Amino acid sequence: MKSPAFEYVRAESVADAMSAYAEADGDAVYLSGGHSVVPSLALRLQAPALLIDLSNIAALSGISLHDGWLRIGAMTRHVQALKDPLIAAHAPLFTAAAPFVAHPAIRNRGTLGGSLAHADPASEFPAAAVAMRAELEIASSQGIRRVPADDFFVDIYETAIEPGEVLQAIHVPSPVAGQVIGFDEIARRRGDYAMVGAAVQAVSRGSGLEDVSIALFSVGNHPVRARKAQAALTGRMIDADAIADAQAALEDDLDPPDDPQFPASMRLHLARVLLGRVLANLEAVA
Amino acid sequence: MTSTDHIGQSHRRENALRHLAGRGRFVTDLALPRMVHAAFVRSPMAKGKIVELDVSAAAEAPGVVRVFTAETLNPICAPWTGTLDHFAGMKSAPQNMLAEGQVLWAGHPVAMILAHSRAEAEDACELVLLDIEDEEAVVDGDAALVEGTPLVSEGIDSNLCFRTVLETPGLDEAFANAAHVVEDSFTFGRHTAVTLEPRAVVADFDPSTGQLTVHHGTQTPYQFQDVYAHQFGLPDNKVRVIAPDVGGSFGMKLHVYNEEMAVVAASLKLGRPVRFVADRLESFVSDVHARDHRVSARMAMDAQGTILAMDVDDMTQIGAISTYPRTSVAEGNQVIRLMGAPYTMPDYRGRLSVVFQNKVQTSQYRAVGHPIACAVTEALVDRAAEQLDLDPIEIRQRNLVADDAYPHVSATGYQFEKLSHHAALAKLREIMGYDALRAEQAELRKQGIYRGIGIASFVEITNPGAAFYGVGGARVSAQDGAIVRLTPSGEVHCAISVTEQGQGTETIIAQVVADQLGVTPDQVKVTTGDTDTTPSGGATWACRGAGIGGETALRAGRRLQAQILAIAGAVLQAEPATLALAGGTVVDKATGKERITLAEIGRIATYRPDTLPEGCDNSLTAVQHFAPTGYPFDFTNGIQASHVEVDIETGVTRLLKHWVVEDCGRIINPLLVDEQIRGGVVQGLGPAFFEECMYDDMGQMTNASLADYLVPMAGEMPDIEIAHIETPTLDTILGAKGVGEAGTAAAGAAAMNAVNDALRPMGARISQTPMTPLRILTALGHV
Amino acid sequence: MKADITLTVNGEAVRETVEPRTSLADLLRDNLRLTGTHLGCEMGACGACLVMLDGVAVHACLVLAVQADGQKVETIEGLNDSGLIKDLQETFHDRNALQCGFCTNGMLMSAYALLAGNSDPSRDEIRDALSGNYCRCTGYEAIVDAISAAADHRLNKAKGAQ
Repeated sequence: MKSPAFEYVRAESVADAMSAYAEADGDAVYLSGGHSVVPSLALRLQAPALLIDLSNIAALSGISLHDGWLRIGAMTRHVQALKDPLIAAHAPLFTAAAPFVAHPAIRNRGTLGGSLAHADPASEFPAAAVAMRAELEIASSQGIRRVPADDFFVDIYETAIEPGEVLQAIHVPSPVAGQVIGFDEIARRRGDYAMVGAAVQAVSRGSGLEDVSIALFSVGNHPVRARKAQAALTGRMIDADAIADAQAALEDDLDPPDDPQFPASMRLHLARVLLGRVLANLEAVA
Repeated sequence: MTSTDHIGQSHRRENALRHLAGRGRFVTDLALPRMVHAAFVRSPMAKGKIVELDVSAAAEAPGVVRVFTAETLNPICAPWTGTLDHFAGMKSAPQNMLAEGQVLWAGHPVAMILAHSRAEAEDACELVLLDIEDEEAVVDGDAALVEGTPLVSEGIDSNLCFRTVLETPGLDEAFANAAHVVEDSFTFGRHTAVTLEPRAVVADFDPSTGQLTVHHGTQTPYQFQDVYAHQFGLPDNKVRVIAPDVGGSFGMKLHVYNEEMAVVAASLKLGRPVRFVADRLESFVSDVHARDHRVSARMAMDAQGTILAMDVDDMTQIGAISTYPRTSVAEGNQVIRLMGAPYTMPDYRGRLSVVFQNKVQTSQYRAVGHPIACAVTEALVDRAAEQLDLDPIEIRQRNLVADDAYPHVSATGYQFEKLSHHAALAKLREIMGYDALRAEQAELRKQGIYRGIGIASFVEITNPGAAFYGVGGARVSAQDGAIVRLTPSGEVHCAISVTEQGQGTETIIAQVVADQLGVTPDQVKVTTGDTDTTPSGGATWACRGAGIGGETALRAGRRLQAQILAIAGAVLQAEPATLALAGGTVVDKATGKERITLAEIGRIATYRPDTLPEGCDNSLTAVQHFAPTGYPFDFTNGIQASHVEVDIETGVTRLLKHWVVEDCGRIINPLLVDEQIRGGVVQGLGPAFFEECMYDDMGQMTNASLADYLVPMAGEMPDIEIAHIETPTLDTILGAKGVGEAGTAAAGAAAMNAVNDALRPMGARISQTPMTPLRILTALGHV
Repeated sequence: MKADITLTVNGEAVRETVEPRTSLADLLRDNLRLTGTHLGCEMGACGACLVMLDGVAVHACLVLAVQADGQKVETIEGLNDSGLIKDLQETFHDRNALQCGFCTNGMLMSAYALLAGNSDPSRDEIRDALSGNYCRCTGYEAIVDAISAAADHRLNKAKGAQ
């Protein structure tokens, strides 16, 4: 399990990185935490001519609050999602998701941007980003654009990032008064990719839930927004009936992959159970 | 009388200190001058004919020193065939290092690349042109036996490797007269050892002297010395096998593998050191796998719940070839012989079919056969209890062989010297707080929390004599040897054939020797794992380190004790019988008064032998070999309990606690014994819940990486409480039996009974391992 | 093309020329012969290769040597020599929290990192901290006990010092 040979460059700016990519005629891979790229090289699943290390680029780091949005640099490590007070206050689903992500040493090095750009359908942070209605800041030679998380995740391991573009930051809208969240997953072992996971965010008013946002993961090729379930909960207080209606709505929301080791019917069943549990345990964050 | 100053004490392992300091010495760590690195081109298909194999581009690749194919490498090695005479009628195709014409499993090595680095060797592997004409792979054991199914390999006339039936005359009558019969069918998944250090070998042939030295991560260096000598036609005294620190073995590293043989062959060819360390992906498709059984079984009982008989049919799937030199039949053979072993059950029929298919070979792995026999027996006992409305403890009390009924012979012919099933059961009940747990279970069920309690009695085969392999013609030693000597400064050195893989062999040998010589264990240096510096023996397999190795060391120590006392007697003008060894000195036996130090004995014998009387043996070196006599095996016994919570909505299980009561005879070191049991339990729980080598219809293993193959990890494993009964064997002076496999033998059985106990209110059952969420949800009707 | 890198390993400045594909683990083991860092899976799943990189535990198999250019690496050999894990080494020894020793490097790194951030971990927190460290021999309980005992010793020592 030794990687094929490649060249390596440590980029000092996003522009540097993108020009290195262009010079390599696209036969290049960006390296952030390396926790998806390096194993895939060791497995010889890919053999790029060039690895472009993004870790030294100042624009990709830092966590700051602007106009009601939290900007999280793409190189922010998983462990910061667990420990950073700004993330806990303004992007609480990342904090709630972080303990489920792999293991301590992986979290020390893995990055939020890397996790989102890799877009593993069983991974936690992408679903949290969708549920929080985050926006992804992408740099290209044409400039910078922001893509809503709903549009960012396109397919299995596929995002709105075009070849050569760099994911710079994640923008998360700050919680509003009455905001509640819930995150949970069912995995075989601690730190494993989820069999099924759920990230939920809503605003709890006296009259019921508003702005309900539900992202399920490991149920399709990318995080899946459960629109029918959201609708089933909107305007209602959380009670057994509301939860049952949301669970029932998943039948229409989900079309899970089918596999003898993991039949679609099992994923749907687990998604229902998990959503019920998450909804019954929503926590106020603002 | 054996001194018990140190035998029975929890001594810490001195060799652990090296590992804690990062100073382990593994084969993986070895780098020799001029060493080249091996990588293998493997068959991507489960079965096929090699149509084209072109290595010319690979041979020209940067860093490549040589490329071998079957044509260029195999002729220097005699083929091997994994059959033994005592398994009458068994067959398996002869094998050699690299695939000759036909590939038999996905992962079968086809070509070998030697390069200056492993990375360069892997680069060159990608340049080999390998064209294989795909043939229909046989992937299922039942299908393999159907008429018209293709043969798994050339050189066999059917896909049945071996079949045998054991039967008592009263079997049919027992079932005919039974008041109750319970039955079930079981599937035990295929899993594998996943030693953290993969298989590793560095072969170093020096053509100038004809000396072959093989640094080999194995538990059985003498076996490999013999294999290399025989297969390559070398005198065995010119073959030295060194097994330094070994990062886990568990039976997996005692089999002959294509890659290790090829590395030795390549070193013979090149006259320079060759290194191969399997990477994790290769491990999954080349290390032996284990288990893979389908069992149908039924149990007959009278109206009182007395077990009358079992009738068992085991079909075990061993891959494309039987392993060498121990065969892949031993596992199934033990399955059918261990069924019902703890119980008075008078009648039995066991049928075994060992079947080939195009997968990695399966073979001996920790607790060979035991987990299967135990799980089937104990599941049926629990089913019987349910049918008769008896508590699982009660039905076992009615059927376990009475503690005063020994010697006892099982329905399958195993002879038990003395076991303690009832004492163990009583102790288990006490330490686990059985009655309180049952009350809690009932209470929690009302709240929708489903917990299960599972119990499993077991016996374990330990201290095997030649009956295991030797009688079948295998060159597998059942005896062990030790050389114990007093150094010129009065310290003790013991070189012994049993080996260390972290279980604490060297520590217990030091304790045993220390007690014979009146010194402390840290005064005894123990050397293992090198065929040039230790006497030949069986080493480590089937639980023999403590029982056989310990007895060997004890007897060697006594011989040296006699030598020391003879010299002391001569020096002191005293009758040796009036002297003894204690506190590092020779003392007067009656008064305990010090007479002369061991250092002084060493000095005189070494530097002033002229002062000793003529004929006085001044060697201060005792050699002892020991082979078990008396019973063919020393069985141990015990009982385990598992406490499990099943989330009936998700199928996810949580292991709450595990208990073991074990009787391994004389305990030499309680600390090490308990950790053998704990490690063994987790090695049994892994395949019960997580571990499974999954294959698709084409014979491809689909989860062959450590990301996808689920090993048991700290977060899911329970704390394990252990208690002991001590029934020493009278076959030896030491009285110790083995303990390495006890944990693994029954942990899965207890866990399966616990899960089924939890599922009972829903009327659901599971009889397949691993007990995954999918299988539990399926049993519950959710999927 | 090979790259020249400079890093500090166990307090010693090291200059090496490596292929970019060389992992930090291979650099440590093959070039520097610091063989206490072990390789069990080369994909971040087993934890045998953990080292401290600029003060945090990381998988040396998932970091390229070129990425570690300019950084500080502590391996088991360095932690041993510094005496920083002496108490853990003692409790591991007392409790026989290792058998074959191949996982021990990673276990000690995880334990060291855990106790640096949590002076009084529960058994469950310890098991969680070890969730990426595979051990085939011990069944984990002895390792949990050993880490728990080391934490207790440190707490008692801190109390005694007050």
